[in-house]
Amino acid sequence: MSSPAKAMPSRIGDIVGAANVTDDPRELAQYDVDRVRPSAAARPGTAEEISELVKLAAAEKFAVIPTGARTKLDIGMPPARYDLAVDMTRLDRVISYDPGDLTSSVEAGIPLAKLAATLAQHKQFLPLSVLFYDRATVGGTLSSGVDSPLRQAYGTARDFVLGMEFVTGDGALAKSGGRVVKNVSGYDLHKLMLGAIGSLGIITRVNFKTFPLPAESRGWLAVFSRHEDAFGFAQSIRKSPLAPHTLDIFDRQASVLFHTSAQLDKSDWGVAVSAAGNEKVMERCSRDLQAMARAANASAFSVLDEPRRSELWQRIREFPALSAEHSPDALIIKVNSLPARMGEVSQKLRSIAAISGLPFAAIARGSGVVYFALLPAERGAPAMARIAPCAREIFSVAASSKRHATIPWCPPELKREINIWGAPREDFPLMQRVKQAFDPHNIFAPGRFVGGL
Amino acid sequence: MDRHLLHQLERFLGSDSVLSRPEDLLLYEYDGSVEIARPQCIVFPRTAADVVRIVALANRHKTPIVGRGAGTGLSGGALARHGGIIVSFARMNQILEIDVENQRAIVQPGVVNADLNMAVAHAGLHFAPDPSSQKACTIGGNVSENAGGPHTLAYGVTTNHVLGLEMVMPTGELVRIGGESADGPGYDLCGLFVGSEGTLALVTEITVKLTRLPEAIKTLLAVYDRVDGATETVVEITARGITPAACEMLDGWTLRAVEAWVHAGFPLDSAAVLLIEVDGLREAVEQQAEDIGEICRLHGAREVRVARDARERDLLWKGRKNAFGAVGRLSPTYYVQDGVIPRTKLPQTLREIDRIGKENGFEIGNIFHAGDGNLHPIILFDARDPKQFERAVSTADAIIRFCIEMGGAITGEHGVGMEKDRLMPLLFTEDDLALMRRVRDAFNPAGLLNPGKIFPTGKGCGEVRIRPMPQRGTENSAPAAGKDFA
Repeated sequence: MSSPAKAMPSRIGDIVGAANVTDDPRELAQYDVDRVRPSAAARPGTAEEISELVKLAAAEKFAVIPTGARTKLDIGMPPARYDLAVDMTRLDRVISYDPGDLTSSVEAGIPLAKLAATLAQHKQFLPLSVLFYDRATVGGTLSSGVDSPLRQAYGTARDFVLGMEFVTGDGALAKSGGRVVKNVSGYDLHKLMLGAIGSLGIITRVNFKTFPLPAESRGWLAVFSRHEDAFGFAQSIRKSPLAPHTLDIFDRQASVLFHTSAQLDKSDWGVAVSAAGNEKVMERCSRDLQAMARAANASAFSVLDEPRRSELWQRIREFPALSAEHSPDALIIKVNSLPARMGEVSQKLRSIAAISGLPFAAIARGSGVVYFALLPAERGAPAMARIAPCAREIFSVAASSKRHATIPWCPPELKREINIWGAPREDFPLMQRVKQAFDPHNIFAPGRFVGGL
Repeated sequence: MDRHLLHQLERFLGSDSVLSRPEDLLLYEYDGSVEIARPQCIVFPRTAADVVRIVALANRHKTPIVGRGAGTGLSGGALARHGGIIVSFARMNQILEIDVENQRAIVQPGVVNADLNMAVAHAGLHFAPDPSSQKACTIGGNVSENAGGPHTLAYGVTTNHVLGLEMVMPTGELVRIGGESADGPGYDLCGLFVGSEGTLALVTEITVKLTRLPEAIKTLLAVYDRVDGATETVVEITARGITPAACEMLDGWTLRAVEAWVHAGFPLDSAAVLLIEVDGLREAVEQQAEDIGEICRLHGAREVRVARDARERDLLWKGRKNAFGAVGRLSPTYYVQDGVIPRTKLPQTLREIDRIGKENGFEIGNIFHAGDGNLHPIILFDARDPKQFERAVSTADAIIRFCIEMGGAITGEHGVGMEKDRLMPLLFTEDDLALMRRVRDAFNPAGLLNPGKIFPTGKGCGEVRIRPMPQRGTENSAPAAGKDFA
């Protein structure tokens, strides 16, 4: 395939420096998106360089995908075109951090772990305990829209991103929001960038609200043999005044993937809860949770001591990655449901998988999001033959119950048959207008997002 | 207004749903701000289908349309700046569904904030955004302005509590966005539309998140002889990692105005009081209240009072929430500003506001959401004197400029509206504004929905014009048919 970017390395080099551009196919392999390889990759050092790169791309009509740690580039449809990877990892600085105000402004390529280390010096943190935490960057995490078990208490990124700076499709460096914790000046354009997988622009800078690290926190695990009881327990926690930090429900198969001492045996469901507060609050939580677990027919209830607790939460966080490790052609579906319907949704998903004879595992966040993994033992075509009809069935059930379902992870081959975003809904024409306003030349990750945006 | 359009509106909606007599129009030419703009008619739809028809008619007649809830807004968002039709949602005021199990409710835009709260309290739930006007303001208005309130310090503003919207687009389509959680597939359209100040769509139905009412609440009143003592307390509470549910400050001038009317028990001889509330689990609240009391005393509070019961607590809050009413007793017109600063900058900012006020010959009262750095300086002026008005505005502008110098923003919760459009270039570059305009034009291509809001009309980067005093009939003259309002 001839690409307009082929002749571009020297011009790209003029912008970012020759040392920061490559067209070596072996090096470029690391930037593959669903096996599509770009013609060049650039490693800009500043937002201004990114702006210049995008102006060049807009003029020459080549397609651009921003990359961070490249851990979640497979979320989305295969790109319709892909000429230039913009590697953001050189933009990795904390620009400002004001612990007294609990705000921080960072470059988008900064690894979450590096930012966390800075915040930890002042006993603060960012509630983004997400997948691939050890490598993931801020920009990639926000763009991919992955959530964190901590959403139970802190919400998703939209609740604590205060503002952003980004490069739009005409190369302009634009911003929205601000650096203060309360602000309604102008449109909240930065919210559109969250989960947009780079289809609207390249995030260069993010302003966050940070949070005090809880002085004390504790974890508990309740085990149930019936799913109704497990989800009933979760619901009773939601109705209690306890306000836990995390609340995750998982099945036995998920616990097998976890490889922790918290593995469930003959029991089917585990409910993991964590909470923070002073010693009295912890005692109260222990007492109340135990009583609620007993009332919900728990077969076991325990306080999780360290390191068991950290281990279990790390596994819950990494569930999609563990699924893929276990079964390379794994497919993971995310269903946005109502909290009181999660049990029903996960049972439905399990029954669809069971009929097709596919191994599966499920995790549900207390806030209503269910992650369901199909784990074919086979690889390649035989695996595809089994998961494709199953995925179709799940999509059709989700559509008929007006649930949002997407497939964040699956083998790229499946994307030839199934649109991982599901069918466009009535709000799609509005999304097209957003895309047009941000990226008029359609150069950002073309074809990867909902409805081919 | 075109008689033909008026006639058609009456035919579609019924003559009891259209107002156009001059004395009716007068009642809709103002809101809670100092702005004035007169519409040509007011319509009262009952259904989303009515709204679709109104929008189609307005488009055909190239007439501006402006949505309006209770008209309590403080930035002119619900005023018909260029005339046209005001769409009042007063009759779309039904709570359609309360889903206790999933902690959400579906409401029409005209539902009053306090009414929703009363309707869900029996289930131990509440709608967390609590603007001071919550007894009158509507959820639709809250959504348009992304309203805040004292308790947003811990609970977040309206956008954090909206899951889905049904809207009529300026181009006439009825569309649903959002869903059962905030991170469904596709762009976060709710995140864009909430707080778009009625410039992108008319909201006809809202799905809101409900929040569990706290098990325990403690309300503290800390009394200071020095303003700095109060502001330093706020800085330290934040720095120690304590997030109260609310942390409000009233300076001496304001608390005396309030006390004369509400009798909330604010000591008349003090320089400032902090009204601090903590809520949550009983065990957590006890500890936090103790810690906060200690910080208050450390910074010179001469007294820290804890409300003994709900009655005392309500009285303290009554003092806070009715403050603007109390100020109204002192002066027929006053200008409430809304600026934000990083919380650590509170002490020097309050000193600067005092200095700016003195320089311009105004005594400025301060009552505000100290915990999140959201200031509300109050400037009293005499509306009959245009010179005073101009001086009040330039004084307010000077305060906002200082907020921006401190790293803040031009509005924390009141919105830009027609009040601060000309200040937008202080915060945003031409590129920032160009993108926002492209987004507006993508949804509101003819510029008929709420024209003259948010975006500066003056040319040139960073140029801020001095605003003349609003006069009846200046900015609201109906533009000729076919004129582009964008």
